[in-house]
Amino acid sequence: MTGFLQNTFNGLVSGAFYALLALGLAVIFGMLRVVNFAHGAFYMLGAFGAYVLLSEAGVPFWAALVIMPVGLGLLGMALERAVIHRLTRLDPLYNFLLTFGLTLILQDLVKSRYGVQSSPYATPSALGGSVDFGLFDFPTYRVFILGFAVAVCVAVWWLLSHTRVGMVVRAATERPELTRAFGINVGRWVTPVFGFGIALAGLAGVLAAPMRAVNPLMGADLIIVVFAVVVIGGLGSIFGSVAAGFGIGLVQAWGEAYLSDFPIVSQTIVFIVMAVVLLWRPAGLFGREEAPA
Amino acid sequence: MRRTVGVAAASAAMVLLAGCGGGGPQSGGDQKLTGDKIVLGVLNDQSGAYSELSGKNSVKAVEMAVADFKAKHGDQAVTKNISVETADHQNKPDIANSKAAEMYDRKGADIILDVPTSSAALKVADVAKEKKKLYFNIGAATTDLTGKSCNKYTFHYAYDTHMLANGTGKVTTQQVGKNWYILYPNYAFGQDMEKSFTAAITAAGGQVVGKDGAPFPNTSGDYSTFLLKAPTLNPKPQVLGTMQAGAELVNVVKQYNEFKLRDKGVGLAVGLMFITDIHSLTPAALAGTTYTDAWYWNFDQTNREFADRFQKETGTRPSFAHAANYSAAMQYLEAVQAAGTDDADTIVKALEGKEINDVFLRNGKIRAEDHRVIHDAYLAQVKPQAEVTEPWDYVKVLETIPAAEAFAAPSPDCKL
Repeated sequence: MTGFLQNTFNGLVSGAFYALLALGLAVIFGMLRVVNFAHGAFYMLGAFGAYVLLSEAGVPFWAALVIMPVGLGLLGMALERAVIHRLTRLDPLYNFLLTFGLTLILQDLVKSRYGVQSSPYATPSALGGSVDFGLFDFPTYRVFILGFAVAVCVAVWWLLSHTRVGMVVRAATERPELTRAFGINVGRWVTPVFGFGIALAGLAGVLAAPMRAVNPLMGADLIIVVFAVVVIGGLGSIFGSVAAGFGIGLVQAWGEAYLSDFPIVSQTIVFIVMAVVLLWRPAGLFGREEAPA
Repeated sequence: MRRTVGVAAASAAMVLLAGCGGGGPQSGGDQKLTGDKIVLGVLNDQSGAYSELSGKNSVKAVEMAVADFKAKHGDQAVTKNISVETADHQNKPDIANSKAAEMYDRKGADIILDVPTSSAALKVADVAKEKKKLYFNIGAATTDLTGKSCNKYTFHYAYDTHMLANGTGKVTTQQVGKNWYILYPNYAFGQDMEKSFTAAITAAGGQVVGKDGAPFPNTSGDYSTFLLKAPTLNPKPQVLGTMQAGAELVNVVKQYNEFKLRDKGVGLAVGLMFITDIHSLTPAALAGTTYTDAWYWNFDQTNREFADRFQKETGTRPSFAHAANYSAAMQYLEAVQAAGTDDADTIVKALEGKEINDVFLRNGKIRAEDHRVIHDAYLAQVKPQAEVTEPWDYVKVLETIPAAEAFAAPSPDCKL
């Protein structure tokens, strides 16, 4: 029982990263119809930025948790203005290639300056201990991540459901043409939403720095799973991305714990789930079937 | 064995005759060196996961060897025209294959050095055999290079999975605890390491109470399932042996510390670790961890002097791969100097059975049977942060493992 609870907890912590990243991808896809392949690179920049801030300027984790998402959000907005919006009217493949190229450029820039070796980043001392849950104890930092990620997801949900901006974003996600027809200037929200999605990736990166290897390729490994998460949740579905994020975290943790005699299954379980979901609901668990054009 | 020594002696005598008299059978005309020059090729990973522990700094190390060789022999040097060629194999066997062929054929390389990543290393061994040119492998761990894939022109210089497992597995079992839990990346290297470790642990009177193959590559970066499982096993393991390398090792160690396994009585042993890994994790994260090292820069004065010179060139302290590349290049050049020719077959004969002591090899010997270069290895332990008095001095050497014990006996699978 203790083991099960621990594994469940860990699954939720992994899921927190998936959820934050998938959420960013989902709002970007919803608003821009862009599959942002560079999302993993921004996650990496978040973690690396935290490392550089700490090692070169002595800026602590808590400040990085604010500075990096804001900074990367602005960078994301600049990129959207500079290149991405020029391609949004074309076949989605163009932006797919563009963002993939951006990934390679960002990775190699970091690589050429800092090398491929992982950089050290210590857990902030206030979160270094463990929390006693009676049956088992758990690293404080992991508890913090889980709480923080849930808080961010709730905050985003509140923004989307209770503010005017949120309403526009939801409307534009569901029916972009109709929203425009009502005289709402959708275009004006595109850039901030892109920046916001990138900021979420940066935030996840900063959170990952103390517990994951900080190196130029850290995002490239993770993003594959995150794409599977987004597809399972339903492309563009904001709730779906969060639910699938936490769900896949759980499935992975349980798979590793209870299917360890079948490594082939436990290693590919995310994609098995994806295949099953797509066969059963081609638009993903919470996605809506596209109306035929 | 006696026969090969005899052959070596005879060939050395012939070389001597050729060198003195001129017109001996080895000189074959005026030209003793092809193109009157020596070309050293360094083929390794210059942009990926292994570029820090070897990479461009290994090229620098080889260039240092060339400079030292020229300074030592001056006008007596067999040639002043010595160049270093280099290429990035990106850890891909097919690229390693074509780059190696290109080095031998088009760049005129007399020898290829380094080649990390076992699968790539084995491909290059095939190329060396086909082209009948020398190949000193330094960066790869697989024992197949001196086992079923061995050949006349291939030498395995620095370390292998047996050396790693034997040192760490045996001594940790004797000194830290008999019960092990092994976590390995589930692919060829990890599976090899798991087998070698299990054998070494069992031979030392210990037992493996649990083992798990983690996904490779581990896309989630999460190892908590395995780390939580370790202390709950019965009997409880005293040692967690992790076979992960590079960034995956960093993930395992970070999470090992998060779950405070050391406080729960589970020590850490690492299968393969380079000084560059300790640098990126910080010694605090690894304090007390034992592992087998092929060479350590601050072991003695000789090593330290080399490390000081290396740092002037590169700005960093050398890993064992860097030192081994220097040593291998130097030993090759000295062999050519002594033989007066770069003819591969002559050099192979001169090297076989040779005993060497230099900055990297201590009590070193090039085994004639399988071309394994044996030498002293070291059981090392990461210092607690408080004992680290200068950057990069992260390790104390607990024990020197004598050359004869550090490596496995020649494999019966090897037919040169």
